[in-house]
Amino acid sequence: MVNDDPQAPENTTAIDYQRVEADPRFRDLRRRHRRFVFPLAAAFLLWYFAYVLLADYAHELMSTPVIGSINLGVVLGLGQFVTTFAITTWYVGYAGRRLDPVATEIRDELDARAAASTDGAAS
Amino acid sequence: MSAAASALVPAAVTAAGTGSGDAANVGEPWLNIAIFGGFVAITLVIVLRASRNNRSAADYYAAGRSFTGGQNGTAIAGDYLSAASFLGIVGAIAINGYDGFLYSVGFLVAWLVALLLVAELLRNTGKFTMADVLSFRLAQRPVRMAAATGTLAVCFFYLLAQMAGAGGLVSLLLGINDRLGQSLVISIVGALMIVYVLIGGMKGTTWVQIIKACLLIAGAGVMTVWVLALNGFNLSELFARAAEAGGAELLAPGNQYGVSEASRLDFVSLALALVLGTAGLPHVLMRFYTVPTAKEARRSVVWAIWLIGVFYLFTLVLGYGAAWLIPREQILSSPGGVNSAAPILAFELGGPVLLGIIAAVAFATILAVVAGLTITAAASFAHDVYANVIRRGRVDPDGEVRVARITVVVIGVLAIVGGIGVQGQNVAFLVALAFAVAASANLPTILYSLYWRRFTTRGALWSMYGGLGSALVLIVFSPVVSGAETSMFPDADVAWFPLSNPGIVSIPLGFLLGILGSLSSRRAEDPALAAEMQVRSLTGHGAEKASDH
Repeated sequence: MVNDDPQAPENTTAIDYQRVEADPRFRDLRRRHRRFVFPLAAAFLLWYFAYVLLADYAHELMSTPVIGSINLGVVLGLGQFVTTFAITTWYVGYAGRRLDPVATEIRDELDARAAASTDGAAS
Repeated sequence: MSAAASALVPAAVTAAGTGSGDAANVGEPWLNIAIFGGFVAITLVIVLRASRNNRSAADYYAAGRSFTGGQNGTAIAGDYLSAASFLGIVGAIAINGYDGFLYSVGFLVAWLVALLLVAELLRNTGKFTMADVLSFRLAQRPVRMAAATGTLAVCFFYLLAQMAGAGGLVSLLLGINDRLGQSLVISIVGALMIVYVLIGGMKGTTWVQIIKACLLIAGAGVMTVWVLALNGFNLSELFARAAEAGGAELLAPGNQYGVSEASRLDFVSLALALVLGTAGLPHVLMRFYTVPTAKEARRSVVWAIWLIGVFYLFTLVLGYGAAWLIPREQILSSPGGVNSAAPILAFELGGPVLLGIIAAVAFATILAVVAGLTITAAASFAHDVYANVIRRGRVDPDGEVRVARITVVVIGVLAIVGGIGVQGQNVAFLVALAFAVAASANLPTILYSLYWRRFTTRGALWSMYGGLGSALVLIVFSPVVSGAETSMFPDADVAWFPLSNPGIVSIPLGFLLGILGSLSSRRAEDPALAAEMQVRSLTGHGAEKASDH
C-alpha cells in the first residue's frame, strides 16, 4: 500500500494545489461534474417526492386502473425503478466519456510530479 | 436498512416473542437449523482462508482495497437487504398492500444520492472511515470526534434493532418460543459474528455478505418466478387474484399511512429519512474503501442499484403472491405475525426444503448485517477516537488494529446483552432513528465538505451534534417512547412530538445548522487544504491504492 500512517491525508509533496485548482482543465472537470450531478440529483428528488406525496395524499388518483388490475400507483412506482436504473446508466456513460479521461490525465500528471519531488527529497 | 422494514410491522416482531402457537409453525425446525449450520460452516472456511493476508490496518478495515466493483456491490446489497427487508416488506405488502411497496421505492431511489454525490469523491478523499473525509480540511480532533459519535450512534441503534429482530425470527423459524431459548440463540448469533469479524476483518465480512446476498436474491428469485408461472407470467392476473383473496383495497395506497393527518405526515418524514439517510449510513460508506479506485466505487454502486432494484421487484410479486395464496388470518396468527408471510409462502410453494433454505438465508442475513455494523463501529472507534483523538496520531497501525479487535469483542458483547435486554420490546423505531440520524447528522456535513468551500469546523460541529441531538430528543418525546398503546412505556406520557420519525424536522435542521455555523465562523479554514481536497476528490490523486499482496 501507499501510505498507512494514520495521521496522514497530507501527502507532503511540493504540489501547490491552489494552482492546480486554478488550472482551466481542472475547472472544466469540476464544472462538467457539477453541471451533470446537481440538476440530476434535484430532478430525481423532485420526482421521488412528487410520487410520495401522490401516494400519501391522492389515493383516488393512484387507484385509477391503467392496464387490467394494474393501477396508476403501481405504474408510477415501477416508473421510479425505471428512472433509477436509467439515471444510473446515463451517469456511468457520462462519467466514462466526459469525466474519467480528464480526471485521469490530471491525476497522472500530479502523481508524476509527486513522485519526482519525493525522489528529489530522497537524493 | 436491515431491520428498517420491521418498522412497518412493529407489532409483528414483538408479538413473535410471546407467540404461543406451535400449531401455526410450519416446516421442520431441524432442517432449518441444519441448512443454517451448513451456511455457517462454509462461510467460516471462506473467512479463514480470506484472513490469511490480514496484516495491516488497510487489510483489516478495508480488505486491502482488493475487491472489485462487482464483488463490493454485491456485498453492499448484502448489507442493505436484510431479513427484515425480505420478511418485512413481503409481509407488509401481503397485509397492507400498496403501502408496503412504498418502502422499497424509497430504499432504492436513495442509492442515487450515493451514486451521484457521495461514493466516488468519498473514496478519493478518505482512507478508512467517514471521519477521514470530514476532517480532511477542518480541525482534526473535534470533527473526528463528532463524526465518530454519529457513526457509533447509528451503528448502535441499528445493531440493537437487528439483535431484537433475531429473537422474533428464532421463534418463527426454529420453533423456539421461550425466552431462555431465544436468549441462547441471540448469544450464539452474537458469538459467531464476533468470530467472523475478529478473524476475517473486512475481507471476511465482505465474503459473508457476498455469499448471503447471492443466496437471498437467488432464493427470492426462484420464488418470484414460481409465483409468476402460476399466474401465466401475467402481473395483472396476480394482482387481480390477490385483490380477490385479500380485498380490493390491497391495490390502493393508504391502508397503513392514510389513517390520519399525523400518519400521512409521518410517512413524508420517513420518506425524507430513507432517501437522504442511505448515503450517510457509516457501514455503507465504509464499503467504498474496499475497492481500489473511485471508478470501482462507482461500479459498486451500479451493481448495488441493480441487485437491490431487482430484489425489490421480487418482493412486490412475493407480497401479492402471499396475499393471494395465504389467508390473511393465517399470516397474522402465526408466531412471526406479518413477518411470516414469506416463509409460509415458501412452504406453500416448495415444501419444507424451500422453507428451510429461506429460513437459513434469513438467519445468515442477520449474522452478516450485524458483522458489517460491528466492523464499522470498531474501525470508527479505533481509527478516529483512539488513534487520532486520544493518541493524536502517535500510534502504529498494529496498535490501532489491536484496539479495533478489542472493540469488536466489546461491541459484540454489548450487542448480545442489549439484544437479550430488548427482547419483546418494540424497538423497530431504532432503525428509523438510525436513518434519521444518518440523514440529519452525517449527510449534511458530507455534502458540505465535498462541495461547499466556505464550510467550516463550526458548521460541521453544529450540524453533526445538532442533527444527532434533535433526532434523539424528538424520538424521546414522540409516541414511540411514551403516550400510546404501542409505546415502549405505554403508561408514561411525555410525548409532545406527534410523529414517530423525526426526519422532517431534524434533517432540515442539520442542513441549516451547517450553513449558520459556517457563516458565523470568524476563523477561516485553510484554503490550501480546501484546494487539495477539491483536487484529490475529483481526480483521485494521492488516493490509497490496492495493497500489493
